[in-house]
Amino acid sequence: MTATAEAPAEVGAVETFDVTLRIKRINPEGNEAHAPDEEYWEEFTVNVLATDRVLDALHQIKWNIDGTLNFRRSCAHGVCGSDAMRINAKNRLACATLLKDLNPSRPITVEPIAGLPVLKDLIVDMEPFFASYREIMPFLITSGPTPERERLQSPEDRAKFDDTTKCILCAACTTACPVFWTDGQYFGPQAIVGAHRFIFDSRDEGQWERLEILNDKAGVWKCRTAFNCTEACPRGIEVTQAISDVKKALTSGEI
Amino acid sequence: MTDHEYDVVIVGAGGAGMRAALEASQGAQTAVLTKLYPTRSHTGAAQGGMGAALANVEDDNAEWHTFDTVKGGDYLVDQDAAEIMCKEAVDAVLDLEKMGLPFNRTTAGTIDQRRFGGHTRNHGEAAVRRSCYAADRTGHMILQTLYQQCIKQEVDFFNEFYVLDLILTEDPQAAKDGDEVSVSGVIAYELATGEVHTFRAKSVVFATGGAGKVYKTTSNAHTLTGDGMALALRRGIPLEDMEFFQFHPTGLAGLGILLSEAARGEGAILRNSTGERFMERYAPTIKDLAPRDMVARAMANEVREGRGCGPNKDYVLLDLTHLEPAHIDAKLPDITEFARTYLGVEPYTEPVPVFPTAHYAMGGIPTNVRGEVLRNNTDVIKGLYAAGECACVSVHGANRLGTNSLLDINVFGKRAGIAAAEYASSATLPAIQDDADSAVSAQVAALRSTVGSGDGTERVSDVRRELQEIMDRNVQVFRTDESLTEAHDIVAGLKERFTNVAIHDRGQRFNTDLLEAIELGFLLDLSEVVIAGALARKESRGGHYREDFPDRDDDTFMVHTMAYATSDGVRLDYKPVTITKYQPMERKY
Repeated sequence: MTATAEAPAEVGAVETFDVTLRIKRINPEGNEAHAPDEEYWEEFTVNVLATDRVLDALHQIKWNIDGTLNFRRSCAHGVCGSDAMRINAKNRLACATLLKDLNPSRPITVEPIAGLPVLKDLIVDMEPFFASYREIMPFLITSGPTPERERLQSPEDRAKFDDTTKCILCAACTTACPVFWTDGQYFGPQAIVGAHRFIFDSRDEGQWERLEILNDKAGVWKCRTAFNCTEACPRGIEVTQAISDVKKALTSGEI
Repeated sequence: MTDHEYDVVIVGAGGAGMRAALEASQGAQTAVLTKLYPTRSHTGAAQGGMGAALANVEDDNAEWHTFDTVKGGDYLVDQDAAEIMCKEAVDAVLDLEKMGLPFNRTTAGTIDQRRFGGHTRNHGEAAVRRSCYAADRTGHMILQTLYQQCIKQEVDFFNEFYVLDLILTEDPQAAKDGDEVSVSGVIAYELATGEVHTFRAKSVVFATGGAGKVYKTTSNAHTLTGDGMALALRRGIPLEDMEFFQFHPTGLAGLGILLSEAARGEGAILRNSTGERFMERYAPTIKDLAPRDMVARAMANEVREGRGCGPNKDYVLLDLTHLEPAHIDAKLPDITEFARTYLGVEPYTEPVPVFPTAHYAMGGIPTNVRGEVLRNNTDVIKGLYAAGECACVSVHGANRLGTNSLLDINVFGKRAGIAAAEYASSATLPAIQDDADSAVSAQVAALRSTVGSGDGTERVSDVRRELQEIMDRNVQVFRTDESLTEAHDIVAGLKERFTNVAIHDRGQRFNTDLLEAIELGFLLDLSEVVIAGALARKESRGGHYREDFPDRDDDTFMVHTMAYATSDGVRLDYKPVTITKYQPMERKY
């Protein structure tokens, strides 16, 4: 067991170190030192525990140094998807990234995820992202009478879309995608993941409708297989694989 | 100020809120207000499953489930409500499946089920497979599925709207028994703009979730600050059974992050520093699958008696090393990843350090089985409903069984949504005063005025930290008159200091600094209620264990606590427990 693994509840016994966060900031209302909507970088140094995550350092800054620093967060253990941000140039969840794993001897850069309008500090406008999700009809589509009991599905059929059910809509994949950054119309990888979850669900009957949407010029063919999305996904979803499954279904006409 | 008018306003977009929305929005103009985005709600963190006697893998029925729920709740459960929940459980699961929820499957293609703490065959004979699950992310799947259905049904969401006041026609405490008191709407603060909105509504459903942040070590999200409970309390509505707080046995040691009971359902074992499977001593029949209150106490007791592990001997170990890695990957992928990410422990080969973590409020806003909110032991507030963790029906009594919360939100979320829409169909839109938002606007302005003015000297984070520390230390698994009295005094002091807090951010846009201060106010009010109820309940039952009164006392305390906020502090009253079938017995497993 590592030293960290035996970390007890009480502060003191766990190793501590100083870490500097270099945070990209923007305040739409401006403040004494900065004009409205001016982008600037600010550095904060805090003392943290070996078990602390980037989110803990952000909280320390907000709670003890500068209450105007803004970011979203909720569950703090990687399942709610609120705190995706660009940390050392990679999209990650602040609550699932340990500081000790980031080479804390050098300043850690923290920026908002890219490609969505920044509203304040690390907070971006999520609406365009959710709008793309809504467009792919992310709900089970069936025809015929509703059965009395559950619809049957074999464990093998259930396994076909297991990976894409993990998605927490954090936007780490979509905002890591170079095509999404430059092409204002591209759905982005998350919408394709969201569609994949239903297209490959044996109970669903809306797959061709969804595939038609993804076949659109803003759809799946925009993907240039950069793999940024797969690398960014905090849930370990094989995003590029999901996109490739969808492309294959479109070219072969088979699911 | 911006005004809105709706038939039904639902506050909260977790499982209960969205389940209510799916019903209400079918016939009534419905808005859902959430302080997050719907998919960020803490329902998504629930892991192990949803209990329902589908009997897909072995013999089971709703009556056995009801009995387990009543016994698990140490007989403080309202048995009529538990009967409804367990009976409607089967359809609640099937409804979700039909909406598309990807449950794990049996080889026959039906929904698979697994064991969970306190769920037994034939009144305690042996553990039964009752939990319907989707790996160890059942709550995530429920939240996603309900959100997807809301998209399909084009439900109106107001994201990042913090509801900060509840408007009623009368003060429920001033009204006489039998007088009519009804809801008029809610006041909300829009995070993006700082604007205050008035929502006039015929029906309001509170589905605001829990209040785990009264404690330091908790499985709960940062945003679980008991907003709905505290708002109800401040507007003269009692809170029921708030002294009953569940400590989940297996939080990651030192962090509180939840490791599902499903781990033990799949065969994991708790061990102390000698390697002993200590639960054999505490619950000889179902051992590690005893209800959570018993397991949490057993763990705390092992540590207290010197059999804890680690350098400070302050945790025990959850051992999965005898399970096949493939089985762990298939059934428990997320929680084992938590152990790797946060503690650097490999669960295939190393046992995981765990200790109880504050997890669930059994108490909350009192309701009847239709979800209608009670303003005393008998009268309802017309048009006001509550469901999910913020409510107390009471199906969980003194201790909730695992898998019964995902069930609760679906059964009673649905019921509240139906009842709210039904009431709205015959009610007229209530009048609401032009200055209904004045209390919220004044509170916001007062906090903003502290920025840089030298008016306040206290920091929100200091007061909150001290609150959470004293709650962890004195109001956790073991309680005494002494520990609770000390906590009472300290919280009173913190409330005083809270009147003198200052914030940093005077901005209108995304001022989370301001909202954290308001949330701290909720936590302080709720802590006071938890402590008052715990001090007065001189017995031990379920999640409430008094070392100075270690036995259950059915003669005096087989009653629900009803706590009212008054200008002189918390006033306690009591409400009888509804018993239909099951007379209290000694609780052994």
